[in-house]
Amino acid sequence: MSRCLAERGVDHVALERGLVANSWRTERWNSLRLLTPNWQSRLPGYGYEGDDPDGYRTMPQVIAFLDRYAKVISAPIEVDTTVTSVRRIDDNYLIATNRGEWLCRTVVLASGACNVVRIPEAAKEVTPAMTMVTSMTYRHPDQLPPGGVLVVGASATGTQLAAEIHRSGRPVTIAVGEHIRAPRVYRSRDIQWWMDAAGVLDERYDKVDDINRARGVPSLQLTGSTDRATLDLNALTAMGVRMVGRFVGMRNGQAQFSGSLRNQCMLSDLKMNRLLNAIDEWATANGLNDEVEPRSRLPPTRVPESPPLTLNLAGAGIRSIVWATGYSPDLSWLHVPVLDRKDRTRHDGGVVEAPGMYLLGMQFLRRRKSALIDGAGDDARDLSDHLVRYLDHVAKPG
Amino acid sequence: MSETAKSVDNGVKVDALVSAREALTNAPAAAQFKWRAACEWKNGTHSHSTVESFYGLGEEQRRKKTFAFDADHPEVFASEDLGATPVEYVLVGLASCLTAGIAAIAQYRKIQLKSVTATIEGDMDLQGILGIDDEVRNGFKGIKVTYNIDADASREDIEALVAQSQKRSAVYDIVTNPTNVTVAVK
Repeated sequence: MSRCLAERGVDHVALERGLVANSWRTERWNSLRLLTPNWQSRLPGYGYEGDDPDGYRTMPQVIAFLDRYAKVISAPIEVDTTVTSVRRIDDNYLIATNRGEWLCRTVVLASGACNVVRIPEAAKEVTPAMTMVTSMTYRHPDQLPPGGVLVVGASATGTQLAAEIHRSGRPVTIAVGEHIRAPRVYRSRDIQWWMDAAGVLDERYDKVDDINRARGVPSLQLTGSTDRATLDLNALTAMGVRMVGRFVGMRNGQAQFSGSLRNQCMLSDLKMNRLLNAIDEWATANGLNDEVEPRSRLPPTRVPESPPLTLNLAGAGIRSIVWATGYSPDLSWLHVPVLDRKDRTRHDGGVVEAPGMYLLGMQFLRRRKSALIDGAGDDARDLSDHLVRYLDHVAKPG
Repeated sequence: MSETAKSVDNGVKVDALVSAREALTNAPAAAQFKWRAACEWKNGTHSHSTVESFYGLGEEQRRKKTFAFDADHPEVFASEDLGATPVEYVLVGLASCLTAGIAAIAQYRKIQLKSVTATIEGDMDLQGILGIDDEVRNGFKGIKVTYNIDADASREDIEALVAQSQKRSAVYDIVTNPTNVTVAVK
C-alpha cells in the first residue's frame, strides 16, 4: 500500500508496532515455511529473483524479503509504534500511539486477520495441570512435556504441528473439524500455480455467490517443505497420528469430540476434487494436457470405523494440548463504529463504511488471493486509486 | 424465471428460504426459536406425545393441526407394541431432517430429484440400558444412513448434496454433538 500511495504522490506513514514483518518475527513457529512458492510472492515492483522459484520461504527468508522490500521502496515506516486508538475527529482521523499522535485524512487498516488466537470456550475447563500452547505461542516440540499431545484443528497449522510433534516422539491425537484438503503438487505443478494460472485466485469478491461464506472458508491444508510432499490426514494416519472428530467440549475431565468426522472428511474430499476438476477443465481448454502429468485423484480420506467420541485426557496419557483453531483480527483500538455484531469490519471490497477508511490483508477482501502476500498488490492498487479519488473529492467538494 | 429455474421443481420454495435467510441475518432475534412437544404416560411403556405450538419469528406460532405420536416398546420387551420405540423416533428425526435438507439443497443447486429413499439403522448394545455393563453406553454405538437417490446429477454432485445436508442438519448436529439437557420436576 505504501508503494502504491507513493506512486500516486500521497503523503503517508506506515505505523509498525515492532519491526517490519513483526508477526513473522514474533508469532510463528520455528519450522514454518510459507504455504505459497517463492515465485508467488509478487509485490508491486518486486518479486523473487533467486534460483529456487518452487521452494517455500523459511521465516528468516520471509522476514528478509519484506525487510528488503521496505528498503527498496523507501517506505516511510515508523517502527516500535503501537497504535492505541483511532478516532474520527471532524473530517480527520486521530491516531494515538505510544509515540505521539497523528492526524490524517485517510486510514488503512492493515494490521491483519491473525492477531489473536480463537480458542474454544471449553479450553477453560481443561485442568491447569495440562500444558496448553496455541499456534501463536508454539515454537518447537520440546516446549511440550513428554507424552501424548492433543492437537485441536486440522487446517494447514494443525496438520503441520501434528506431524512435527508426532515425529518428536510424542504420540499425537488430532481433532478434525472443517478443513480443505489439497495436494501440494498436482499434475507436475504446484497447486498454487494452477490456482493462479486458472484464475481461481483472481476471482473477485463481488462475483461469488455468498461472500460471507467465502470469507469464512478455512485456508487450504497445505505445507511448504523441501520435498513438496502433500500433508493430508491420510499422511498423518500413515505416520501413526490418531484422528478424532471436532473438539466440542469438556465434561468431567473428558474431552468430547463430534461424531461428524466422516462427513467433515467427505466434504473436504469433495471440495478438493471440485477444485481439481476445474483445474483439469482449464488444462484441457488451454492445451496443457501434453505438458503435464495426466489427471489423477488422491484416494479418499481414510476415516477410522468408530473414532472415540470422548477421551479421558489424563487416562489416555495426553500431557499437552495445542490449539490450532484459528485467529481473529484485533481492532480493539478502533473507536469508529464500523464493526458488525460479529466484530467483523463492515466494508465493500476493502472500502470501509467510514469516509476515507480502508481495510487490507483480510480473507477474500477483494479477491480469493487477498490474504496471500501475492494478493496484497492488486488490492493495494485498487484501494489506493479509491483513496486518491476520495482525497480529490474532499479537497474539491461537489 | 429462467429456463433452468423453471425445469427444476422439488417442491421446495427456495426463494422463500433465501429471503428468510436474508431477513434473519438482519434480525437475529427473530431467528431464536423454541421447539416443543408434550408427552403423557398411558400405561406400561406406552406414552402419547403431541406437537402443536412453537415459538419463532418473535411470537408464538401454531400448527394447522396437532400431530400425535405414540411410543411404546415391542413385544420382545414384554410391552404391547403400541407405537415406535423412542430410539426409532430419533432415527425418523435424523432421516427426515437429512432428507428435507437434500431436497432444499438440490433445489438451490438446480438439481431435479426423481426419487430419494433412505434406510437408517442404529446399533445398540442393550447391556447399557439394562445396567449389565457400565462401560456400554445407553445410546447408539453408531448410526448408519444409506441413501438411494435418482436425480439429474453426477454421482459427485449427489454425494455433495448428501454431505452438505449433513452439514446443515439440526438433527445431525443434535446426535453428533453434546447438548446440555435439564430435566426438572414441578
